[in-house]
Amino acid sequence: MQFSNFSDFINMGGYGFYVWLSFGAAAVLLTLLTISSKAGHQKIIKQIALRKKREDKLRQARKNKQQQAEIQTADLKEVTR
Amino acid sequence: MWKWLHPYANPEVTYHLTNKLLPWLSALAAIFLSIGLVWALLFAPADYQQGHSFRIFYIHVPAASLSMGIYFAMAIAAFSSLVWQLKLADASAAAMAPVGAVFTAIALITGAAWGKPMWGTWWIWDARLTSELILLFLYLGVIALHSAFEDKNLAGKAAGILTLVGVINIPIIKYSVEWWNTLHQGSTVSKLGKPAMSLDMLWPFILCFIGFSLLVGVIISLRFRNEILARNSIRPWVRTLVSQQSK
Repeated sequence: MQFSNFSDFINMGGYGFYVWLSFGAAAVLLTLLTISSKAGHQKIIKQIALRKKREDKLRQARKNKQQQAEIQTADLKEVTR
Repeated sequence: MWKWLHPYANPEVTYHLTNKLLPWLSALAAIFLSIGLVWALLFAPADYQQGHSFRIFYIHVPAASLSMGIYFAMAIAAFSSLVWQLKLADASAAAMAPVGAVFTAIALITGAAWGKPMWGTWWIWDARLTSELILLFLYLGVIALHSAFEDKNLAGKAAGILTLVGVINIPIIKYSVEWWNTLHQGSTVSKLGKPAMSLDMLWPFILCFIGFSLLVGVIISLRFRNEILARNSIRPWVRTLVSQQSK
């Protein structure tokens, strides 16, 4: 142990500000990067889920339209007959 | 060897492998970093010239050498992506860029905080500092290009070319302290033969270095799996995974 008490440790032989600035900046930046990288996983999954929903909706709409068109042509045929 | 490597070119296999590796990597990184940093801050002796400000070394040097190492790895990935069209190499290059940028920023900030008490200035436009700043801008450019195109393949190509052009900067950073007169001191650890450092100082450094390297591995893996998902979002395996996870 290089320090006899806690305030010595904080003081770092007069270089406290510079040492803690360095360690603090590194800790903050790395924590932020790790958290945002981890959060990105849920975010991308949500995005893909949303896209899937939209695509399903479009597909459903297309199907409905097709069905409607079929019914209409069938009606037309009925009328013309 | 190609037969053995083949399954790892499959994004699904690689995604699950990354997921499996992550907890182990994280645990190892936590162990090495906590031992290394406590040793560096509390038990390592103070430098006879620089006093306790020397402790900045334990972050500054790993961050600086990793900032170059990550760039080199990114360049290899970019090269394989451009030449062999490996999609996963492109994903890994995209995952590495932000990590490299943060480590470059840490190297610059800790360098400034070390320079102020030792040299009397936060910043000086000398070779080592300027080339490291250029490295930061290269990383930022690569990140910007990756997000500049909707089409990830096109973005990867553009970013890859910038990455490869920027490789020229790496030897400039590395040898700047030898080629030019600079305030920055020469290297202590990687000197040929014996490192110019006492073992009491070297051991915590080695632990910190391994710890930071493992942390780099963890963060890159976290980002890598996000990139894989983003690039394969229309594949059935991603779709099933998403519907399982978002329930």
